Amino acid sequence: MNVVVCVKQIPDPAVPGSLAADHTLDRSGKLILDESDSYGVEMALQLVDTAGDGEVTLVSMVPNGEVSGLRTALAMGAAKAVLVSDDALHGSDALSTAKVLAKCVERVGNIDLVLTATESTDGYTGTIPAQVGELLGWPSLTFAKHIEVGDGKVTIQRQTEAGYDVVESSLPAVVSVTAGVVEPRYPSFKGIMAAKSKPVDQVTAADLGLDASQVGWAGARQEITNVAEAPARQAGEKFEDDGTGAEKIVAFLERLKVV
Amino acid sequence: MVDKVWVYAESADGKPTSVTLEMVTKAREIGSTVEALYTGADADAVAAGVGEHGATKLFVLDTGDGLPGQVAAAAVAQLAGEHKPDAILFAQSYDGRDAVARLSVKLDKPVLTNGMSLSDDGGLQFGTAIFGGLTLVDAKLTGDGPALIAIRPKSFAAEPSGGGAAAIEQVAAVDAGRAAEAKVLERHVEEQQGPKLEEASVVVSGGRGIGAAENYAPLVEELAKQLKGAWGASRAIVDAGWVPYALQVGQTGKTVKPKVYVALGISGATQHLVGMKNSDNIIAVNKDAEAPIFSVADLGIVGDVHKVVPALIEALKAKS
Repeated sequence: MNVVVCVKQIPDPAVPGSLAADHTLDRSGKLILDESDSYGVEMALQLVDTAGDGEVTLVSMVPNGEVSGLRTALAMGAAKAVLVSDDALHGSDALSTAKVLAKCVERVGNIDLVLTATESTDGYTGTIPAQVGELLGWPSLTFAKHIEVGDGKVTIQRQTEAGYDVVESSLPAVVSVTAGVVEPRYPSFKGIMAAKSKPVDQVTAADLGLDASQVGWAGARQEITNVAEAPARQAGEKFEDDGTGAEKIVAFLERLKVV
Repeated sequence: MVDKVWVYAESADGKPTSVTLEMVTKAREIGSTVEALYTGADADAVAAGVGEHGATKLFVLDTGDGLPGQVAAAAVAQLAGEHKPDAILFAQSYDGRDAVARLSVKLDKPVLTNGMSLSDDGGLQFGTAIFGGLTLVDAKLTGDGPALIAIRPKSFAAEPSGGGAAAIEQVAAVDAGRAAEAKVLERHVEEQQGPKLEEASVVVSGGRGIGAAENYAPLVEELAKQLKGAWGASRAIVDAGWVPYALQVGQTGKTVKPKVYVALGISGATQHLVGMKNSDNIIAVNKDAEAPIFSVADLGIVGDVHKVVPALIEALKAKS
């Protein structure tokens, strides 16, 4: 079984984010593998392992050819990667990104399953899994907290507002996985060394047959009209608990007439 | 000029979801005609609910046993071609995201996601928040409609217009291609006690700082019960399997806006702040004085939840 995992390399979420002059997210610093994607990588490795054949291929889109996040996922055990890096992609929205990722899946070819996170940590649109599915003409099963593959079918437990649904589909299909689906492994030293020589196929939008008008700012078809700081909440009171913490909370709740 | 606005309606427990009614109310403010789209059972109750908030028509789509959003998109694309709405609003929910994502490809239109404000200012103006809600971004679409927009729950108030039930128009099933091959085989409902998270006036949530799964009930649940509120959780302890996903408050979970939000042992990652930052009053208890949760808390106690919370529960019991 051959699995593609869509992975994103993002600015470290622990560092406060900032916008570049054109209002795109500033990605000029160090980029790391979005932690949300480590679950899909692990799930893919386990599914291929269970199937007994096939391999895991990563696809990723990033400015300036960054590969450090990809190397993390390769060190976990993925076999190879396709990396799309192209100035023409600057300013791409979710739909443009999905077009790029779908073309990458076609470029890899002979794929049974595409795994993604439910949403990226930085952009959090949550639309890309179903957009990639629609572009490929495949079913997309979103918000999986459990996956099984067998007999040419994929069966998932899909999170819902009330609990979960069991959803089944023929393959090939796109599945988005939640963070609870599996516990990602830490790359071993051997894995990290091996990752350095794994193939990364670097391509441009044109290599994928995409015209510059379909992607980047042109493809996004929107303009940012204003960027402002959110009104800050009025500074609250902060106390070191000296044994009166509970009392202070009760007094606060009394003032609000909650108790 | 925004004329016709459509709302992709969803239901829970036989009624339109609150975000559906919030969107219909907003649609009435920005458009002159409001109509809704719906897939599922209880169409009469949904027609009554959206009608009461200003929608005049409810298109009812047949999605069989497919994943509703995935299959509905094909029918919505066809209807949009016939009726030319200026905008279609979806909830930033599981099925809402599926539907708007598929539709965006079918119509080749961008989607504005995580919408928190919407107005007609000589064209549709859209607002969202980034960086955990610290920065507000406004945008407008430059291409032709329909504008596809996904809205976060609790962004607008739901206000009845006094209208009667929306007229139901059944729409024949449309071939959704292989998207329809994903079938829902079973539905599992996890029983929940107490008030609903999205509706409670007090919400108490727990995070990694509560230490272990077995501490959730005596600390978080018990305090919530004392305050007649609902209990929630940060993503960290949901991912760790301590509590069910349905309790998650945050970017990927539920958005809440109670009168009082109590965060216990929650550091306040942007992921969490997005879901609770607009609560009227926020109380936080955390050992780490530098935790970001204190930047939004009206009352912050730097201390051990294992000491503060039991004392608080005792004090509340003594008062009642």
